Amino acid sequence: MTYLYYPGCSLKGTGKAYDESLLAVMKKLGVEQQEIDDWNCCGATAYMAVDQDRAYALASRNLALAEAQGRPNGKPVEVLTPCNACYLVLLKAQKRLEEDALGKRKLAGALESAGLNYEGKVSVRHPLDIFVNELGLDALKEKTVNPLNGLKVACYYGCQIVRPYSTFDDQYDPVAMDQVLEAMGAETLKWPLKTRCCGGSMTGTIPEVGMRLSFIILKEAKKRGADVIATACPLCQFNLECYQNEMREEFGEAVDIPVVYFSQLMGKAMGLSDRELGMQRLFVPFAVPAASK
Amino acid sequence: MYEWGRRRIKYESELDPAFCQTLIEKTGNDSIRNCIQCGTCSSTCPVSLYMDFTPRRLVAMAREGFHDEVLHSFTPWICASCYSCTVECPKEVKITETMYAIKQMAMDKGVHPARFPVPVLAREFYHQVKANGRTNEGRLITQLFLKTNPFKLIKQSKIGMKLFFSGRLDVIPQKIKNITQLRTLLKAVNGNGGGRAHS
Repeated sequence: MTYLYYPGCSLKGTGKAYDESLLAVMKKLGVEQQEIDDWNCCGATAYMAVDQDRAYALASRNLALAEAQGRPNGKPVEVLTPCNACYLVLLKAQKRLEEDALGKRKLAGALESAGLNYEGKVSVRHPLDIFVNELGLDALKEKTVNPLNGLKVACYYGCQIVRPYSTFDDQYDPVAMDQVLEAMGAETLKWPLKTRCCGGSMTGTIPEVGMRLSFIILKEAKKRGADVIATACPLCQFNLECYQNEMREEFGEAVDIPVVYFSQLMGKAMGLSDRELGMQRLFVPFAVPAASK
Repeated sequence: MYEWGRRRIKYESELDPAFCQTLIEKTGNDSIRNCIQCGTCSSTCPVSLYMDFTPRRLVAMAREGFHDEVLHSFTPWICASCYSCTVECPKEVKITETMYAIKQMAMDKGVHPARFPVPVLAREFYHQVKANGRTNEGRLITQLFLKTNPFKLIKQSKIGMKLFFSGRLDVIPQKIKNITQLRTLLKAVNGNGGGRAHS
């Protein structure tokens, strides 16, 4: 199975390390992927606030492109979407096409006038979904050469990966990331903040509110003795990692803790180099403690 | 005319009975009618304590036709779209979608405070997609601060530099090849929001 890869804008910018580490890990695991040719921005949360119908059109173009690109294989088209916001928006557009007949007609007409067509044959998948439900945890164990023994990881999923359209994990207490990292030897934290909001774009727009939301997550992870926080979303990772100095100034409390992508931890366990995993891009450096090797 | 921060009695004749229907049409579903005012949304919302009206109150006001109060509220702008309320709501009211619809209406009418960062960012985002088909985070945040509070740009420049030197900031915006197709598509959609944002 070749997955059609939809990285999204953030993975080409602030979330570059997610893109690099995920692709390196997938290559090592033998998961084939091909980037959707000429994909466009999903619209994320900001676009939805300006124009809903056009936001759905943005998502539909990506789905239509994926379908056209994947169809020659004669197999069902599966789009691999690592970014939380993209993942949600694509699922949301699909849901809209299923539920709202009028919306679907409008959208189909617009797609047609742009020379596109979407028949609804795409399934949107998250890499965690693929690792757990397609490859299986045993395959991950097999590929583990440097188990993450003794490393205490706080898995942080973010909002939009399971809410509101959970397709592969529990909405209240998701476990896919925990399972993946546990299979590779890490110890994961049982904590209730796995899907609590990090503030999203509010760290930029209303920092008084946004930064406090991120601060709470960091503080709670630290309090529970986590060595590192693993994320699955470029915006979560950015908020939790890059504002740590500002948070210390604002709230008068140091919450310094490394924040990485789950794929970077997977790569470490699989013996990939720091360069391949984009570790040099982290603001808060992270290395697997010697004791855990 | 609405006046900021001034409470007054609202008479029934001043309510806008069509307001709820407009919201329903914008969200594409009428789940807002099912609300039983239990307040689960407000208690599950991680930012309700920063809002002027809790989500429960805003839903009640929207249904009754408190047109001005709803559109002037800070509540939708503080919503980060985490969907907690939508998931927890026992009556399956699509609250996050309602917040989006209110944001669209407020932007259409231009009733949010000038230089208020959230709509400025949303509009900038909208324009970048139209221009390039993709967004550039560095440019987004620069434009946001230039248009709202340039002082913040200096304050945030440390993070910007760090991002740049770690290779996480694309200086040249990416542009999709078939931008004509995307623009044709967006134009063909009978857009339901942002009259001012289209220009």
